[in-house]
Amino acid sequence: MIEVKHLVKRYGDFEAVRDVSFTVEKGRIYGFLGPNGAGKSTTMNIITGCLAATEGEVTINGFDIYEDPVEAKSCIGYLPEIPPLYTDMTPDEYLHFVGKAKGLKGKALEDGVDKVIAKTSLTPMRSRLIKNLSKGYKQRVGIAQAILGDPEIIILDEPTVGLDPLQIIEIRDLIRELGQNHTVILSSHILTEISAVCDYVIIIAGGKIVASDTIENLTKLNEGKSYIDMDVRGSAEAVEAAAGALEGVAKLEVTPGEDKTHLRLEVEGKDDIRDHVFFTFADRRLPIIAMQYEEVTLEKVFLALTESQKRDRQEESETPEDTRIRAEDIFGQIGQRREEETAADNSAEAPVPEDVPAPAAGSVPETKQNDNTDDYKPLFGGN
Amino acid sequence: MSAIYKRELHSYFCGMTGPIFMAFLLLMTGIYMTVYNLTGGYPNFEVALSGVSFVFLIAVPVLTMRSMAEEKHARTDQLLYALPVSLTSVVMAKYLAMVTVLGIPVGVMCFYPLILGQYGKVGFASAYGSILAFFLLGCALIAIGMFISSLTESQVIAAVVSVGVLLLTYLMSGLAGLLPETAGASYAGFLVAAILVGLIVQVMVKNSTVSMGVTAVLVVILSALYFFKQDLFAGALPDLLESLALFDRMYSFTNGIFDLTAVVYYLTVAALFVYLTVQSMDKKRWS
Repeated sequence: MIEVKHLVKRYGDFEAVRDVSFTVEKGRIYGFLGPNGAGKSTTMNIITGCLAATEGEVTINGFDIYEDPVEAKSCIGYLPEIPPLYTDMTPDEYLHFVGKAKGLKGKALEDGVDKVIAKTSLTPMRSRLIKNLSKGYKQRVGIAQAILGDPEIIILDEPTVGLDPLQIIEIRDLIRELGQNHTVILSSHILTEISAVCDYVIIIAGGKIVASDTIENLTKLNEGKSYIDMDVRGSAEAVEAAAGALEGVAKLEVTPGEDKTHLRLEVEGKDDIRDHVFFTFADRRLPIIAMQYEEVTLEKVFLALTESQKRDRQEESETPEDTRIRAEDIFGQIGQRREEETAADNSAEAPVPEDVPAPAAGSVPETKQNDNTDDYKPLFGGN
Repeated sequence: MSAIYKRELHSYFCGMTGPIFMAFLLLMTGIYMTVYNLTGGYPNFEVALSGVSFVFLIAVPVLTMRSMAEEKHARTDQLLYALPVSLTSVVMAKYLAMVTVLGIPVGVMCFYPLILGQYGKVGFASAYGSILAFFLLGCALIAIGMFISSLTESQVIAAVVSVGVLLLTYLMSGLAGLLPETAGASYAGFLVAAILVGLIVQVMVKNSTVSMGVTAVLVVILSALYFFKQDLFAGALPDLLESLALFDRMYSFTNGIFDLTAVVYYLTVAALFVYLTVQSMDKKRWS
């Protein structure tokens, strides 16, 4: 088990990792997801003792990585971003060296080396010099040294970089297999890679953890949810009443404009209700002048979270707060983000008249009058 | 530790570094022995050895330049950091591997006095004492070279700086002799040294308050000492520089004196720079 508490890493004035805390439970595959430069590698380097944190602590199975480095490191197998290979050795010699350094001897060493060579399909290359191997094979040697000696925790920093598609599939299968008996932490900036292999995702951006949850939770929330944004000519009350009559709408927001009303619908279920929306509004003589359909995907969640972090980082005006959120929050925030965008757009185009009457609460499941942008402080800005 | 030691030895002997280092050392010793002992007829092998010690100026940087710099350059240092082995063990293993590479030609040199003994009376004690001093000098220089290599990622920079530093220690006694022996000159010299220390601290910790503080404290201490105990400064700087002349310590052995202080001196220098290398490796994780 790995416990990471309030990790901070500063390079001069630059904070590469900002107050990162998480716990890694035994026997699961964790995915570290984030764009390039998010702080994934820095965090992994700190966990494995390759870098020292400016603040915070890391314990591996109860051993502090700084206080008891040898005990802590003996629980870990690590593949850094660039595989640390001695190119003047053959994979066989190199793995024997790493095995001995990890404390393996005699038969255990021979068996261990044979096992990892077989697992990473290195057998035909075991006697060639590493410098003559292709990038894919070098990566495999790197993975082989990480899993050598059956460490309880395996940390792989972008393990499939530079591999061909077939090799990627093989390595993913290998990681899944390792996940049955080991705790695996895997980093990537590619979402599909993480969602293909991991049980649990930690999304990191701008040095902070912006979300952490199981793939199931993220996917569950992702399934059958969509948003419809539309501009309708008609009063806010009429639009709200029409929208309230629609089936499958979980949430609706009405933003009155000067000559149009903006409506945002959150739709539950897998059906595309755009036809139904069109006919309902047509029946009520409410012309739809613009309509946009948006399906929430994991990719969008990731982009929304990471882009907003990038912007936050540039602004650096807000006081630091705990930005760790669960998946349920993410979708709410995407909704809010769009609200904010729309409200901002509308207010820029035409100021909202103060005397617009508040719409009466109708039979809609949930309504929100969103004409006051001052109160709303977005967690994540628009794109 | 033994795994890293063996890997290092493997890399020295798989590449050209180890054989070239040994061949160069043996070739130069052979030439000096031929000239002094075989042609010149001196029965003392230590005379050849004292002449050949300058070879270290080139041979040691060749041996040490890649020791740490290459690990950083190839990013293999991450493996060393991540392995369940302490940094001290890693540095010691690397150091001992280099000492072994030095030990082999020195071992071969042990036969030379025996060869000379075939043709006349040879002072074996002074010859073997000198070989020991030669070896210890090499060990101290290797530690310095390894430390310099740990400060950079570039083997070329490591080699050039090592040659420069070793050359300075080689010429140190001559340079020290050029300095004036007055207390004022020493005081000025120490002030310059204090400023240099401040600059080094600035480069290492990148905090101007700390570096200026260190410089200020050193300047205050030096000034106080200078004004109250001026006689302490007379000839102090040349003496200090003289003590940094590593090569000169060997000459007492080649003159037939077994100088225990020199043995302790070489071992201390070696231990100090091995320790500094460990600190340098450790510091890299913090920067």
